[in-house]
Amino acid sequence: MPRAVLELTVNGRPRQDLVAENMLLLDYLRDVAGLSGTKRGCDGGECGACTVLVDGRPRLSCSTLAHQVAGKRIETIESQMRAGRLSPLQQAFHDKLGTQCGFCTPGMIMAAEGLLRRDPNPSRDSIRTALAGNLCRCTGYVKIVEAVEAAAEPEGTSA
Amino acid sequence: MNLLPDFRFLRPTSLDDAVAALAEAPGCRPLAGGTDLLPNLRRGLGEPGALVDLGAVPGMDLIAVEGEQLVLGATARLEDVAASEQVRGRWPVLAEAAATVAGPTHRAAATVGGNLCQDTRCIFYNQSEWWRESNDWCLKHKGAVCHVVPKSDRCYAVYAGDLAPALMVLRAEVEIVGAGGSRRLPIAGLYHEEGRGYLTLAPGEILARVLVPAPAQGTRAGYAKNRVRDAVDFPLAGVAVALRREGDALAGLDVALTGVASAPLMVPGLEGLLGSPWNDQAAKAVGEAVRKGCNAVKSTLAPPKYRRRVASASAVRLAARLWEAYS
Repeated sequence: MPRAVLELTVNGRPRQDLVAENMLLLDYLRDVAGLSGTKRGCDGGECGACTVLVDGRPRLSCSTLAHQVAGKRIETIESQMRAGRLSPLQQAFHDKLGTQCGFCTPGMIMAAEGLLRRDPNPSRDSIRTALAGNLCRCTGYVKIVEAVEAAAEPEGTSA
Repeated sequence: MNLLPDFRFLRPTSLDDAVAALAEAPGCRPLAGGTDLLPNLRRGLGEPGALVDLGAVPGMDLIAVEGEQLVLGATARLEDVAASEQVRGRWPVLAEAAATVAGPTHRAAATVGGNLCQDTRCIFYNQSEWWRESNDWCLKHKGAVCHVVPKSDRCYAVYAGDLAPALMVLRAEVEIVGAGGSRRLPIAGLYHEEGRGYLTLAPGEILARVLVPAPAQGTRAGYAKNRVRDAVDFPLAGVAVALRREGDALAGLDVALTGVASAPLMVPGLEGLLGSPWNDQAAKAVGEAVRKGCNAVKSTLAPPKYRRRVASASAVRLAARLWEAYS
């Protein structure tokens, strides 16, 4: 399989790798970059577990070729934690019990991150719409939506 | 693990180079968002020698009003079409249809051209390779028999794009570019009502732009999509209606369907209603014309009778709502 040099930025760090031309972004992140937080779920663009941000917008890494995002900024769930501390979204998922088995969580959090950057104070409907492509088979969605609402609250206003 | 077939990845930086790349490698396919093509390739549906990524062609993602018409580049993303103030203001049915496609993460990658050219779908086709092999394949891919209509020599896979019916009632045209130059045709001309060769694009041709004229003064249009869930799913029956009311009479009525045949279809035979008011009789006539216009067979999980009825009811309700919106 022919390979080509791929240059992009992953979680703020520029990278250069020799990557097969038919490699999916998901496989690149997990197997080449070693970032296994991004999950392989349905593997067909139906569940959202593989959601990452590409130039700040949520994108399904199982339905994207690595070379399609050459030169772009990729952010994965590993970018959320800063200096050993959970991000507000991660903390909110933890506090509000938005996670059970946790498999959908990286995709949920990255889709929610994309929403909160676009709309820091989303309505419940906006949250539900933004997460409409992310499936959870454990909790249902009430706790997940509550977690995003909690993370969206300005600091100091949460209970 | 990589289940994709081997292919070269080409990334031209101009439309001319893209056309040249497609001409050079027979069997290669243009790639835009990838949300339809890549999952299909992973299921063994096709083995292109190369994919020609259109994502680096400058200006191809244009969304602009030029004169009175809306110009959409083939790689304009559905999320951007749905959010565009210009589209929402003057062509709201298009924004409405774009916003119903799949889920938000798909729409951030999926494109206008990709949606218009998306592959037809069938319960015997959109399955894993081992499933299809154990079923002796099907007429659309590798097999000799259409399992939906076994006595037929054609494929009945369903066209399920959401933008096409909206663009049809808006009387849009597509611009197609190939090695021999470019050509324009009404959007309906892009399709064949046959599940395998559902596009009229010649090998090596690329859908480059969509040109949408300003709707006739006073036209109102809407799109109704019926599906199992309100997100991600393809339409079981989608209906676009454009209606123009002058006083108490219909001055224009166009209805187009998706998800109920191997191509998006305009519903014929509605001209007779023009000049009359929208009433029970007109509703019955539209409902009947839509029902007859569907070519739904057992190619989706929902039975064809349901899809015909729901298309018919959606068209009538939508037309009634558009008519009432004038008062």
